[in-house]
Amino acid sequence: MKFVDEFRNNEYSRKLVEKLNNISKEKINIMEVCGTHTMSIFRYGIRDVLPPNVNLISGPGCPICVTPQSYIDTTLTLSDKEDVIIATFGDMMKVPGKKSSLSKKKSEGADIRIVYSPMDCLEMAVQNPSKKVILLSVGFETTAPMTAVTAMEAKKRNITNLFFFTAHKIVPPVMKALVKDKDLKIDGFLLPGHVSAIIGTKPFEFLSKDYNISGVVTGFEPLDILQGLITLVSLISKKDYKIENEYKRIVKADGNSKAEIYLNKAFNIVDSSWRGIGRIHKSGLEFNNEYEDFDALKHFKINYEEYDGSPGCKCGEILKGKIKPTDCKLFKKLCTPENPVGSCMVSSEGTCAAYYRYYKDIT
Amino acid sequence: MSDTITLSHGSGGIQTNKLINELFFKYFNNPILDMMNDSAQIDIDFKKLAFTTDSFVVNPIFFCGGNIGKLAVCGTVNDLAVSGAKPLYLTSAFIIEEGFSIKKLEEIVKSMAEEANKAGVKIVAGDTKVVEKGNVDGIFINTSGIGSIYENVNINCANAKAGDVVIINGTLGDHGMTIMCERNELGFEGDLKSDCACLNSLVDVMLEAYEGIHVIRDATRGGVAAVLNEISEFSNVTIALEENNLPLKEEVKGAAEMLGLDPLYVANEGKICVFVEEDYAEKVLNSMRKHPLGSEAAIIGKVTEELGNKVYLNTVVGGKRLVDMPSGIQLPRIC
Repeated sequence: MKFVDEFRNNEYSRKLVEKLNNISKEKINIMEVCGTHTMSIFRYGIRDVLPPNVNLISGPGCPICVTPQSYIDTTLTLSDKEDVIIATFGDMMKVPGKKSSLSKKKSEGADIRIVYSPMDCLEMAVQNPSKKVILLSVGFETTAPMTAVTAMEAKKRNITNLFFFTAHKIVPPVMKALVKDKDLKIDGFLLPGHVSAIIGTKPFEFLSKDYNISGVVTGFEPLDILQGLITLVSLISKKDYKIENEYKRIVKADGNSKAEIYLNKAFNIVDSSWRGIGRIHKSGLEFNNEYEDFDALKHFKINYEEYDGSPGCKCGEILKGKIKPTDCKLFKKLCTPENPVGSCMVSSEGTCAAYYRYYKDIT
Repeated sequence: MSDTITLSHGSGGIQTNKLINELFFKYFNNPILDMMNDSAQIDIDFKKLAFTTDSFVVNPIFFCGGNIGKLAVCGTVNDLAVSGAKPLYLTSAFIIEEGFSIKKLEEIVKSMAEEANKAGVKIVAGDTKVVEKGNVDGIFINTSGIGSIYENVNINCANAKAGDVVIINGTLGDHGMTIMCERNELGFEGDLKSDCACLNSLVDVMLEAYEGIHVIRDATRGGVAAVLNEISEFSNVTIALEENNLPLKEEVKGAAEMLGLDPLYVANEGKICVFVEEDYAEKVLNSMRKHPLGSEAAIIGKVTEELGNKVYLNTVVGGKRLVDMPSGIQLPRIC
C-alpha cells in the first residue's frame, strides 16, 4: 500500500536498527508522548531491537486515559436521561466509571451509538428531531478541530438538538508539567505526529530553549519510529538541544493553519484536570460564548465536579512514566481488559492495554 | 404471494405452507425434503459422524461477496470440512421480522441453494418463524449440518506439534473489514469483498495430497489470532508467526490502518489455518495453490516448541510481540 508498505520495509528497518545501535553508549531516557506511538512500538516489537542503553518511557498521550473519572461518571448520568442519544468514539465504551460503563448502559437499553467522526452527529441529530444527541468530545489537538467544525456547521444549519460534552486537552502544557517534575528524568521526547500535524513544531520549542531537552516529531510506522529515535539519540548524545521534524510528509513547522483557525473560533483555552496528573494551567479547551449553547453540561444544567480514579489504580504514575504497568499490583490480576479498573487498560492507546496485549515477557 | 413477510407467514396455516412450497421447496428441493416429514429420514452408512450448528445474525444482510444465506451455508459446511468430514446434510431455520421483503428472502434462499449445490450438500429439513417488528433485525438464520468423517483422517485442534508449519489459504480479514466498512458507510473505494466461500473442496484436495494433516481450523470470528490462540492452548504449544509472510489485500491493509484495527483479529469466512509437519508442508501448500480458494496460500508461521500456550509474531523490524486472545469486540479508535 502507498505510504504503508514503504515504511514497514524489512531490509531498511534492519539497517536503521543497526545504525541506532551504534550511536551512543550512554544511558538515555526517551518518552514517547503519544499513545499511538506506544501502541506502534509494542505492535512492531521495537523495544526488542533497541540498544540496551536506550530506555523508552510511555507518556500521557492517550486522550481517554487522561480524562478524569468524573467525566465518565457524568456521561453515564447523561445516558440515563430520557430522549437522549449518546454518540461516542469506540474507545470510550469500555472505560469503567464508578458504577457502570457505557457498554453496560447500552446493554441495559440506553441509546449509545459509536461514531467515526463528529460530523456523523449532524445527520444523527437531523434524523432524530425528537431526541437530543450528545457527542462525547474527547481528544487532543487532533480531534478538537473536528468538534469545532461540527459545532460551526450545526450553528450554520440551525441544528438545535446536538450537544457536546467536551473534555478536549492540549499537549504542550502537560509536557511542561512533566519536565518540571523532579522525579522524572527525561533526556528527549518522541513528539506526537498527529498533534504536531495540527499545531506544528514551534509549540514544542520551549523544551530545547528552556529545559535543554531535545524532541523529534515522527510518524507511526516502524521506519518512522526508528528514524525518529536515531535522530533523537544523536541529538542527545551531542548535547545539541533542538526540535527536529522527521515526519515532514505530514507535519509542517507551522502546522495546519485552517485547523487552528477553527480551534480559535469555537474554543477558549482553560485550565484542565488530567487523570492521575492533576490540574494543569491552560491545558484544556472549552466552548467560547458564541458556542456555549452546544455545551451539554450547560444545557442539561449539570453541576460538574471533577474527581479522580479508582483506589489502587496506578494510572497516574503510569501516565507520567514514573512506573510501568507491570509495577502496578492490579495489573493482569484485578485489572484486565474484561474487568478494567482504569481506562489505561481499555483505551486502544492505553499503556496498560499495550503491555497486556503485546508484551511478551509477561506470564 | 404478498411482497412482505407478515405474522401470518409464521402462523402454521395456509400462508406458512404457501411460503414453504413456493419459496423454500422451490430452491431447496430434494427427495428427502420433498417427503415433508416432521424430520428428515436419512440413511447413515458411515461410522464416524461430524455434527455441528451455527446461527447467523450478520448486519448488513447483503454485503459485497455474499449475504446472510450464503454465509449460513458456508459457515456450517466449513465447520464440517475442517473436522475432516465430507459435509452431507444441512438443516436451516429462519427467524424473520414481520415486514421483511419476500424478494430479499428469495434472494437469500436462492443463494443458499446455489452454495449448497456447489458444496454438494442437501438442505433436508427446516423451520420458519416470524416475529413482530423490532424483535429481530430483519432475518436470523440457523443451520445445522452433519458429515461423514473420512477414514484415516484425524484432524483435531489438540494435534499441533513442535516443528509443524502453519499455512493459511489466502488473505486475512477480508470478510470482517468488508462488513465493518459497509455497516458504517465509511465510503472506502476499492475492491473490499467478503471471502465467504465453502471450503470443503479445498480441504478435499489437501487431504488427497496428505491425509496426515494435524489441524485445520476456519478462522472466523476473532480472526486468525483467536484460532491460533485456541490451537496453542489445546495442543499446548508455542506458535511463532512471521509478519512479513502474512498475506493481506491492499484494501484491507488500508481500512485497518484507518480504523486502527489489526487484521490478525478481523473475521474471515473463507480462510483456514492448517498445521502440518514441515516435511509435507510443500506438498499440501502446492495442492492448495492449485485450487481457486487457495491460490494465495502461504506459510505464515511455525510451531516452535512443545509447551508454552503462546502465540508470538516476529515483526518486520526483527522484534517479537505477543499475539493475545482477542478480548471483547474490536472498536475503532478515537484518532
